[in-house]
Amino acid sequence: MKARLALALAAAQLSMGQTADPLAALTAEDLNNGKRLFAGHCASCHGMDGRGGKGANLAVPRFRHAADNQALVAVIREGIDGTGMLPTWQLEDHEVVQTAGYVRSLGRTAPAEVPGVPANGKTLYESRGCPSCHIVSGQGSSFGPDLTEVGARRGAAFLRTKLVRPADAIIDGFAMIRILTRDGREIRGMRANEDSFTIQIRDSSNRFHSFRKADLARMDKELDSTPMPGLPAKLTPAELDDLTAYLTGLRGDQ
Amino acid sequence: MTRLVLLLTIAFSSAAQVPYGRIRNAEREPESWLTYSGNYAAHRFSRLNQITAANVATLKPLWIYQVGNREEFETSPIVADGIMYITETPMAVSALDVRTGRRLWNWQRPIPRDLKTLGFGPNNRGIAILDDTVFVGTLDSHLTALDARSGAVRWDTVVADYKLGHCITGAPLAIDGKVITGISGGEAGIRGFLDAYDAKTGKRLWRFWTIPEPGEPGSETWSGDNWKTGGGPTWVTGSYDPELNLIYWGTGNPGPDWNGDVRPGDNLYTCSLVALNADTGKLKWHFQFTPHDVHDWDATEIPVLLDATVRSRERKLVAMANRNAFYYLLDRATGEFLHASPYAKQTWAKGIDDRGRPIVLPNTEPTGQGTLVWPSLQGSTNWFSPSYNPVAKLFYVAVREMSSYYLKTDVKYKPGTLFMGGGERALAGDKAFGAVRALDVSTGKIQWEFRLQSPPWAGVLSTAGGVVFGGSNEGNFFALDAVTGKPLWDFQTGGAIVANPVSFAVDGKQYVAIAAGHALFVFGL
Repeated sequence: MKARLALALAAAQLSMGQTADPLAALTAEDLNNGKRLFAGHCASCHGMDGRGGKGANLAVPRFRHAADNQALVAVIREGIDGTGMLPTWQLEDHEVVQTAGYVRSLGRTAPAEVPGVPANGKTLYESRGCPSCHIVSGQGSSFGPDLTEVGARRGAAFLRTKLVRPADAIIDGFAMIRILTRDGREIRGMRANEDSFTIQIRDSSNRFHSFRKADLARMDKELDSTPMPGLPAKLTPAELDDLTAYLTGLRGDQ
Repeated sequence: MTRLVLLLTIAFSSAAQVPYGRIRNAEREPESWLTYSGNYAAHRFSRLNQITAANVATLKPLWIYQVGNREEFETSPIVADGIMYITETPMAVSALDVRTGRRLWNWQRPIPRDLKTLGFGPNNRGIAILDDTVFVGTLDSHLTALDARSGAVRWDTVVADYKLGHCITGAPLAIDGKVITGISGGEAGIRGFLDAYDAKTGKRLWRFWTIPEPGEPGSETWSGDNWKTGGGPTWVTGSYDPELNLIYWGTGNPGPDWNGDVRPGDNLYTCSLVALNADTGKLKWHFQFTPHDVHDWDATEIPVLLDATVRSRERKLVAMANRNAFYYLLDRATGEFLHASPYAKQTWAKGIDDRGRPIVLPNTEPTGQGTLVWPSLQGSTNWFSPSYNPVAKLFYVAVREMSSYYLKTDVKYKPGTLFMGGGERALAGDKAFGAVRALDVSTGKIQWEFRLQSPPWAGVLSTAGGVVFGGSNEGNFFALDAVTGKPLWDFQTGGAIVANPVSFAVDGKQYVAIAAGHALFVFGL
């Protein structure tokens, strides 16, 4: 009861715009309850382990939509406009705070020790052509995913695999599409969007194409293919460590 | 101008005179849509034939009504005498001029601060109408009667205590002088029931508990006190046979959902279809689809009443495409099991035996690490409606092809909180897909399918014009050929479709309506 009062006070302070960490007073029992609430209210989208599904991976130290713990509580309470993240008005204030505490704990596991020198990795990143496909902090080409916050979204093991065997680290929802039109044109590109009747793709020259599926002669999905080239032949093991260390450190706050 | 005023006056003065006889004979006035599924037999079939397979390609939006809520918009409209009645979330009803979409009245009530919807979103699927009154179930478990002309409250009855996790999301079913409502709360350890209320006064006439208490038939399928938290909610609108005077209603999962260890036995009458005497609420027969369910496969799908030849005899049947992946036919007078066949991929049962009991495969129960089973927790289909086309003798169902790792955890009941004992990790993405499938009603054989990008949350409507309408998560509202399944028309609504289509006519012109995203779309030629 006492803990609950403290939490209510923290929530009240929050709503009054004071700068207090709403998660500071959480006990182990609160976190346990947060875990239970998470399983019931959040896991259907974010996965039982919080590592993402339809919803974002929450086992990360930084959230795109929540700069600090106060913002995290607000996001859980109010949802995120224009996304599948709905308000959780069925939770009481202290339950929102408990859930936030649990969500925060998911990303708190100490990141695996990454060998390698980030500064060397940065040099490699720039000299080996990565910016010709990727943006970091606004610089680079937009063909591939923006890597500005990639270290906050993906773990080191995933990033290392992506560098060595890109096809073994494909994100759910990503697909390469090969299309043959009725008039004999062949277009290959990344899926930007798809519904039951239409598909939108972005080709290797970064142009969008939109098709009605019924108009196509053929459409093939390559779910285990990626335009990302594997790098092992070009990198020494030490260089691979450096590059991984650099990417792991990209958290959008440079 | 004078003519317009006169026209509107006529339309409004006859508003909402919807006696029981009109609903019972709904087939005679296809210009209206008088009950949740279109008729008491729950066919979701329109006898209008102006929109056809040949001309549906020219369908276009006529008006759009936007709602303010951010939650899923699941309403299935009711249309009577020029007025459309819809529910909006979290707790509102609107009456719309069916010609223009302009709002005539709106009723709403604030949500209690401490209200929770445990296990689902703050949704509502529609109203019921009878005589001059509109009935709506609310998230805080009231049944509220509104004057159909003004939205003023006629009466308001508390159905159950929302603080224990009770909630009403389904549309009520109005029959002769009575309003039937089910209840949600299967993830909160409620004891489920189905209620009938006097349509004039709001007084409760009967209650059927879906979980028997000690000493009653069926109580031997429970042990100790676990019947008190046994679940068996009744959250989707059932059907009614006026001749047999029986109400057919599906029941949901036992509580807790995924940890069956704490509730040994078949757990009657969960995951069942019950047939109740409409006057007394007494159980005439029951059929349990999934005894001792541990996958959350509620049997709350729409029970469709139809007559067809099965085992070489013409019979009065009730058909259900169940969440557990099997299509069932029962004799609706006696409850006798007649047929079951899979209509979607399933890996949990070897088959269904001659008495209708599933032959459950070993190692399909949830575990701490997760057990991979088809279908997923949300089942091969769910609350969204199927459609029965009595001309083509086809049963259309929107199907979800998806699997899940089912997880089991420890669980302890605490009033007003989630009581589930596990969960799922669904295999979504490109591995999962959806379909609209047409089943032969007598054999359950799949006659055709139309593939969908992802497992859908939208129901289907079929029409005498030979068209089947459906919707997708990606916002497509579409029309298929009722006989071949060939796509004929589609429209991108810009928001996920999590609702059932209806059809009606205005001034002799056929309309089709669907809730999509945060707007209601009405289409015509």
